[in-house]
Amino acid sequence: MAKITMREAISQALMEEMDRDPAVFIMGEEVGVWGGTYAVTKGFYDKYGPDRIKDTPIAENAIIGGAIGAAMVGQRPVAELMTINFGFSAMDYIVNQAPKLHYMFGGQFTLPLVIRAVGGGGRQLGATHSQTPDAIFAHFPGLKVVSPGTPEDAKGLLKSAIRSNDPILFIEHATMYQVRGDVPDDEYLIPIGKSKVQREGNDLTIVTYCKGLELSVKAAEELSKEGIEAEIVDLRTLRPLDMEPVLESFKKTNRAIVVEEGWKSYGVGSEIVSRMYEEAFDYIDAPILRIAQKEVPLPYNRTLEQAALPQVPDIVAAAKEVLK
Amino acid sequence: MAETINMPKLGFDMAEGLLVRWVKQVGENINKGDVLAEIETDKATVEVESSASGVVLQLIVDQGTMVPVNAPIAVIGAAGEKVDAPVADSGKQKAEVKVDEKPIPAKPEAAPVTQTVTTPQPAEETVEKGGPVKASPLAKKVARDNKVDLSRVQGSGPGGRVVRKDVEAALSSGAAAMPPAKPSVSMPMPSVVPISHEDETIQLTKLRRAIARRMTESTTSIPHFYVTHEYKMDAVMAMRKQANEYLPDNEKLSVNDFIVKAVALTLRQFPNLNASFAGDKVVHHGAVNVGVAVAVENGLLTVAHKDTDQKPLRQISNEVKGMVRRAREGKVKPDDIEGSTFSISNMGMFDVENFAAIINPPEAAILAVGSAREVPVVEKGEVKVGWRMKATISVDHRVSDGAEAAQFMQALAGFLENPVRMLV
Repeated sequence: MAKITMREAISQALMEEMDRDPAVFIMGEEVGVWGGTYAVTKGFYDKYGPDRIKDTPIAENAIIGGAIGAAMVGQRPVAELMTINFGFSAMDYIVNQAPKLHYMFGGQFTLPLVIRAVGGGGRQLGATHSQTPDAIFAHFPGLKVVSPGTPEDAKGLLKSAIRSNDPILFIEHATMYQVRGDVPDDEYLIPIGKSKVQREGNDLTIVTYCKGLELSVKAAEELSKEGIEAEIVDLRTLRPLDMEPVLESFKKTNRAIVVEEGWKSYGVGSEIVSRMYEEAFDYIDAPILRIAQKEVPLPYNRTLEQAALPQVPDIVAAAKEVLK
Repeated sequence: MAETINMPKLGFDMAEGLLVRWVKQVGENINKGDVLAEIETDKATVEVESSASGVVLQLIVDQGTMVPVNAPIAVIGAAGEKVDAPVADSGKQKAEVKVDEKPIPAKPEAAPVTQTVTTPQPAEETVEKGGPVKASPLAKKVARDNKVDLSRVQGSGPGGRVVRKDVEAALSSGAAAMPPAKPSVSMPMPSVVPISHEDETIQLTKLRRAIARRMTESTTSIPHFYVTHEYKMDAVMAMRKQANEYLPDNEKLSVNDFIVKAVALTLRQFPNLNASFAGDKVVHHGAVNVGVAVAVENGLLTVAHKDTDQKPLRQISNEVKGMVRRAREGKVKPDDIEGSTFSISNMGMFDVENFAAIINPPEAAILAVGSAREVPVVEKGEVKVGWRMKATISVDHRVSDGAEAAQFMQALAGFLENPVRMLV
């Protein structure tokens, strides 16, 4: 096991899949000569050349639309959105075309498309470039939405995504590229659509994913000092959503909070809590709380930005609240 | 084709119901079985299910209106369908609709209490539980599984919410078992420093209000008289013991089951006590439906066992058990609590020697049953040990007189003291 960064893990996944399958190629803004805004594809252009590492115009609808076309004729494009916020410019392709083509053409086409998108706040990029709109995309049947919280998961899930014949939105967090974690030395895949218990505990369940995992692990360490052992279930995939580990954990702890970085209203937490009410009603011993971003456009000012984003103390406080 | 929904009749003495709330509004889609409205009867608020699917075309009565039984309350049909006028109650016309288009009513086992086939079968009724106990769903489940009375559990959660550990604590201390707890022998010594206890005002629940109103009505309008009789219960006790050896745990017969059956058979001989006073006449009910009073959270319900005189003991026992369970869980169906013609209140399990009950209007009588106990008895000049049980009948003097009541009690002894008669 090597300890590598999230950036390295994603790079490795891309490179391994490109080496394995010549149909895999990358397209996006500044992915080639520049090496990617977050340096994920640094060195790729020199290794694979302009045919497989395509710099595109600043036109997201062209990037995603082009990638869809390529996927329909048998290529395996990995299209990059410099930020997920730019995805709104390509919304029709992402939610209205890609998820439905296989269905509407009666299975004549498959769409082996991966859209890598950088989401999340905390880097003072202003209200329009700092959003965590994951729930919006996870709303649409036909589009798989993956968002890992560890390097190991990022690598294994991205490799699975590239090999999948379905369109997949792969959301990475802007502040997590330097997060380090153990990654197996040998090749491995992690199946899409499987939640995972990342930390075991008996007192309460924290359901989370992506950036929320990083925060929740820190919160769990603090809670542990006070004798509270939280079990953390990492969703990893928002659609298809795997509730089994969540419900199993909750049936043990009977208390839960959901941590997400996006806004609370109509969010991932809303979905998780609803499912728990529907599927584990008789196990609820306290209201299930959601920890999420304040309901404002994310401020640029660093102090205000941090105040609006969910933080470790918020999770600790909510955990104690549900344990009352 | 538009279908009319009528005010359902939920008991033989129900003449009208208060339309409390429309759940669906004009223009809304509705499926057969969806809740259309809530109506309030004497005993509870009941949800009225739609017997048709389509669009709500017309709501004929306003919320808060008292509506006679069988009067049309709403029209359901296809979107855009024209409704001429409130459709009058015409059983024949609707019967045709039923035959042509409608499948069998969803709950055919519910006794058809009205003459029209289209009477919607009400949903499970929402008996409003007394001063709601705040408890988590998990705590409620644990309490349910272990028969713990939540109202006796001290909640430790926010705002006094009962959570699982409170129920478990109550379980391990045995303080909250249902039926209502035995007096605790391990009460702590009173503190030397007097603690001041504040007065507490409890708002009446709908059930409590109904009990208050009906019991006041009963004692102020019905001239009660009482006859007490002591029964030799040795034979019933022996037969019960013997019968239960052959029955699975969940079907064991209770003493009360024997009393219910014996009362039903006796009532068949005394139609004047299986009756209702109705101003210038007395109605002798054709069916013998024995009501059994059940203590529920913060109140009392009488579940109505149907055609009791005609059913075997084991069936009576099972049916009453089911109704009692539903009553305690607050899931009683209208049919469970409506239609009794005579009631029994049995406090035998509380070590009660004897008591007198208040008549449950519009019935003519009620039997209050004490505990069956082993007592010294004199037989042929010798003191022996025997099972004895006292029961007191309360009778509406407008309907019957002491002699008839006394004969009823004697006839009842004929069954209780020779229980084999209940089997043949």
